[in-house]
Amino acid sequence: MTETQVIDSPAVAQSTPDDIPLWKQDGAQPFLRIENITKKFGDFTAVDNISLDIYKNELFCLLGGSGSGKSTLLRMLAGFEAPTSGKIIIDGVDMAGIQPWKRPVNMMFQSYALFPHLSVEENVAFGLKREGVPRAEVRERVAQMLELVQMGHLNKRKPHQLSGGQRQRIALARSLIKQPKLLLLDEPLGALDKKLREETQFELINIQEKLGVTFVVVTHDQEEAMTLSTRIGVMDQGKIVQTAEPHDVYEYPNSRFVAEFIGSVNMFEGRVIEDEPDSVRIHSKEAGGELYVDHGISCAPNQKVYVALRPEKIKVSRRKPDQSHLNGANCIVGTIEEIAYMGSMSVFRIRLPSGKEVRVTQPNFSRNMGERFTWEDQVYMSWDADSSVVLTS
Amino acid sequence: MQQRQSLFLNTSATLGFIFLYAPIIALIVYSFNKSKLVTVWGGWSLQWYSALFNNEQIMTAAWLSLKVAFISATVAVVLGTLAGFVLSRMGRFPGKLILSGWITAPLVMPEVITGLSLLLLFVAMEGTFGWPSGRGIGTIIIAHSTFCLAYVAVIVQSRLSAMDESLEEAAMDLGAKPFSLFFLVTLPLISPAIISGWLLSFTLSLDDLVIASFVSGPGNSTLPMVIFSKVRLGVTPEVNALATIMIGIVALGVVGAIWQMRRQNRMMNSID
Repeated sequence: MTETQVIDSPAVAQSTPDDIPLWKQDGAQPFLRIENITKKFGDFTAVDNISLDIYKNELFCLLGGSGSGKSTLLRMLAGFEAPTSGKIIIDGVDMAGIQPWKRPVNMMFQSYALFPHLSVEENVAFGLKREGVPRAEVRERVAQMLELVQMGHLNKRKPHQLSGGQRQRIALARSLIKQPKLLLLDEPLGALDKKLREETQFELINIQEKLGVTFVVVTHDQEEAMTLSTRIGVMDQGKIVQTAEPHDVYEYPNSRFVAEFIGSVNMFEGRVIEDEPDSVRIHSKEAGGELYVDHGISCAPNQKVYVALRPEKIKVSRRKPDQSHLNGANCIVGTIEEIAYMGSMSVFRIRLPSGKEVRVTQPNFSRNMGERFTWEDQVYMSWDADSSVVLTS
Repeated sequence: MQQRQSLFLNTSATLGFIFLYAPIIALIVYSFNKSKLVTVWGGWSLQWYSALFNNEQIMTAAWLSLKVAFISATVAVVLGTLAGFVLSRMGRFPGKLILSGWITAPLVMPEVITGLSLLLLFVAMEGTFGWPSGRGIGTIIIAHSTFCLAYVAVIVQSRLSAMDESLEEAAMDLGAKPFSLFFLVTLPLISPAIISGWLLSFTLSLDDLVIASFVSGPGNSTLPMVIFSKVRLGVTPEVNALATIMIGIVALGVVGAIWQMRRQNRMMNSID
């Protein structure tokens, strides 16, 4: 009886608009709107005509290499740099000419920028005191915030008496104490070691969800961006080249740059020989065979394209696999050149007859690794039609 | 090899220290000499110190020197801090190169030239505006402030440029307007540089003979001027005692300045 009730309940059966992220809803109001922002330093264009909408409660990552303009964009949001042209609108208010100390924005700095002459408590209280919050309330809110980042017991320490991870927490607490609408984080985990970084990532997400603040994170670390963010904006040479959810950025990169920047990828050059609305067949001399991809692209016949294939999507076998459902496509031959056993998985470098090197990763399912491969083995590599992506640029 | 090298280093360090400090130690020891003859040891005594404190000419000059040193160090710290701040934080502005060149000029200019040019300036100003009327403590203070300012500006500027600028940005980001930013963050962070600048200025002013000789007037002899004039008539044990006290004050100032700088370095470096 109770079971049917639950199943019939409309709240469970149907998805409410709340389940759909704001950026997928038509007509949703962005919380932060960046409109045609350009920043030039002399002749150098650091940020080149970027437009971007970020929604409430998002954790948006700006991902790019050094010199891609991501930090400059962040500094313009904080008000430390004035844009050469374009508009920044936060919660409906144009930020042009508004000084950093008047913006509803706080920033967590890459160096943490903790005031070395002030104690942990005084560092966190700094922002509230500037607002003229009564002393009792300052004390209470600082204590609460330090509890949130689990640093309450170190409130009297000076920054130089703290470890890197502890400083990171204090910097986070200090930037959140004023309850900003928008928190900017510049490489928030960059200075931490790998293990601490993994722990802190999830804590950062927890805090963000608990407080409901919109986060904009700048990072060069793609793993960090993948685990943290609701959406990623991949930046290159002052432009945003792709904005998408982490899964889509990884599985459906829109250019060779994005495919190669996020994770590792094998790229095969080829020419279109069969162009259907929902599939493409490509001949690739480099791969040494035909490649079949189950999504359509807009292209001219015989156009030069690239097929991007992630290393973990390739199956390796000694016997020729049955690819008859793809008319024998997506099956290529090579010689194992190097094997790296990495515990959880093995990495192969396989040389094709064309001289091209293919990188394959295989999870180690069992201790005996099933079929054992060794150097100089001739192997077949195969993959499914939905494993690879065709890129035209 | 290792041992031989450390032997070499130890020897050169010892020789260096002997070279530097043997004359000073001799002077200090002889200030406690009982004998009236400077070069003959006659046993221990504090009589020259008491003679010194009863010598009105020396005490007046000492008081004048301390006053001058205190005021010019303070003036130099205020002006030098402002100059250092402008040089490192104003970004590029027309005349920046010239300003930074000029501000360090007194560091490298021979004191005789600084003294002479200041004297000419004071005379010309007196002729034109009637101020400063005559030369005395006022002109010495102006002159000392001028060359001490250069030292303070350089110390403050180097401290500011070594400081992480994101500290100031963080303060702005948290709502500090430029005024409170300066007094709550920048000033406390450069205060060790300011203190060591003040101590250095104080000792430099206390030490100065050449510039003071140019710009002081009759009846306004600073301590180094009195010592110098006394020594020309022959060294008395009294001068040894006075010199020992001055060495003490100067050493304290220098050690204090170094200690301040080190303390600050420790604090700043452990943050990076």
